[in-house]
Amino acid sequence: MTDLTSLTIADARYKLRAKEFSAADLAEAFLATGEPGDALNAWCEKTPDLAREQAQAADARLAAGEAPSLCGIPLGIKDLFCTKGVRSQAGSNILKDFEPPYESTVTSNLWAEGAVMLGKLSMDEFAMGSSNETACYGPVVSPWRRRGDDAKLTPGGSSGGSAAALAAGQAMATTGTDTGGSIRQPAAFTGLVGLKPTWGRCSRWGIVAFASSLDQAGPFTRTVRDAAIMLQAMASVDEKDSTSADIPVPDYEAALTGDIKGKRIGIPKEYTVDGMSAEITKFWEQGADHLRAQGAEIVEISLPHTKYALPAYYILSPAECSSNLARYDGVRYGQRAELAQGDGITEMYEKTRAEGFGDEVKRRIMIGTYVLSAGYYDAYYTRAQKVRRLINRDFEQAFGEVDAILTPTTPSPAFGLGEKSDPLDMYLQDIFTVTVNMAGLPGISVPAGLSSDGLPLGLQLIGKAFDEASLLNTAHALETALGFNATPERWW
Amino acid sequence: MSVDADTVRKVAKLARIAVQEHEVEPFARELSGILDWVEQLQEVDVTGVEPMTSAVPMRLKRREDKITDGNRRDDILANAPESREGFFAVPKVVE
Repeated sequence: MTDLTSLTIADARYKLRAKEFSAADLAEAFLATGEPGDALNAWCEKTPDLAREQAQAADARLAAGEAPSLCGIPLGIKDLFCTKGVRSQAGSNILKDFEPPYESTVTSNLWAEGAVMLGKLSMDEFAMGSSNETACYGPVVSPWRRRGDDAKLTPGGSSGGSAAALAAGQAMATTGTDTGGSIRQPAAFTGLVGLKPTWGRCSRWGIVAFASSLDQAGPFTRTVRDAAIMLQAMASVDEKDSTSADIPVPDYEAALTGDIKGKRIGIPKEYTVDGMSAEITKFWEQGADHLRAQGAEIVEISLPHTKYALPAYYILSPAECSSNLARYDGVRYGQRAELAQGDGITEMYEKTRAEGFGDEVKRRIMIGTYVLSAGYYDAYYTRAQKVRRLINRDFEQAFGEVDAILTPTTPSPAFGLGEKSDPLDMYLQDIFTVTVNMAGLPGISVPAGLSSDGLPLGLQLIGKAFDEASLLNTAHALETALGFNATPERWW
Repeated sequence: MSVDADTVRKVAKLARIAVQEHEVEPFARELSGILDWVEQLQEVDVTGVEPMTSAVPMRLKRREDKITDGNRRDDILANAPESREGFFAVPKVVE
């Protein structure tokens, strides 16, 4: 029998229906891999009982001949999604042992389609980070290593557990969330496909909020087809999220014709930056050549406000985070600090939040509090919102002449754990991805190839709002031409 | 340095985060680093630009004002660090 853990969703779907193996077999194969605290540390919790129960139900649906695409497919879920009765801590000590009495809309949709939950995946605390080092569970280690070097590398972040687990064959697909690049950067670092849908495409209900105007859920998969299958199930119009878009969800898989003749692909000149690896530039050029060879027209475009996206993001996202995280007060859920004799409610708030939040989260709450405070609001917050409008306008103008935009996903491959200690240095990780969140657009990272020291690099395609179907088709054409099929050499 | 020790103490107070004395200086340095870096936004001409308040243009949906969920007191209290007689419990607020 083939190794079940290396299959794509599309393969497994076919083989499950052909009765080559059962959903129970598939679940067992994955349950035998990856545990909290193991060498990769990607999982914060495994849920074998639930997985077996869901696999049994999936087998019943398969036997009845009414199995949807995800029926029996074993998934890992980012810790940011609330899952009923299963610990959901957002990678933070302040939510220690929080067991939601409800299920997020995205995961509800996945279970309704017959998917099987293997467990929860580690992440940077409240999704704030680009290396998974701020997780309360300790860093996640990438299954990838530089050739001939056993230094531990980051899988990226914030959805680092989701990337590492999938790249290591510990799940068939995983969910992530992306506020500034938290799906696309880890996907690029681990040789996976990572899709951030248009803001509003997937409901945010039941996903622990970081920056509400930027957060969006999406899948990590091995192929673009699998991303189409996952998005199909995750996306929905949801009464519980008034910002979920009232736009019908099309058949994404049917859009994967591979025909991109006559499509116009923009190459933004501002995405060539200092310190970018020569290798990623080479892959970027190759990607453009591949698309041209398939009949697309490559057009140079300008997105003049690109360099201001990151600083504007580091005003807007901390501002939203300081508001969203005000709810962690030690009263309704999570942890409350040990109080001293005579401590009142203010001491309770202050001690609980000091103990419960890590340093990066504290920094962002304080930046957010500062920029929203009297006297600074207009100078920082309002100005950043205006800059966001200009960034959005750049994209609107570009999409007047092109159908999609091709860029690198990150300026360089994965870095070592502990290598970036300066917060600003870490923020620069999102330089090519954050613009897409600012404009609310869909973006997808497709693996491009390996660097000279054997690490994956990714290319990003950016699409028009709510046109994931055509974005996925272009990504599918690019993926086919690039033919990336490397997997990390097993050491864990 | 744009953020001094007093500003850190003030912001921490507003954010309800207890900051130890030895943490004040590192926070001041880090917050200054970040705020000095975002200063580059001052170069951008934003005259006449409307602030962007929604990621995609949309009108907030309206719905009928009716109860769709409720009677879940025990669910709501299940994760409370401390609850008593069907209420959240906190240290004494009024002396």
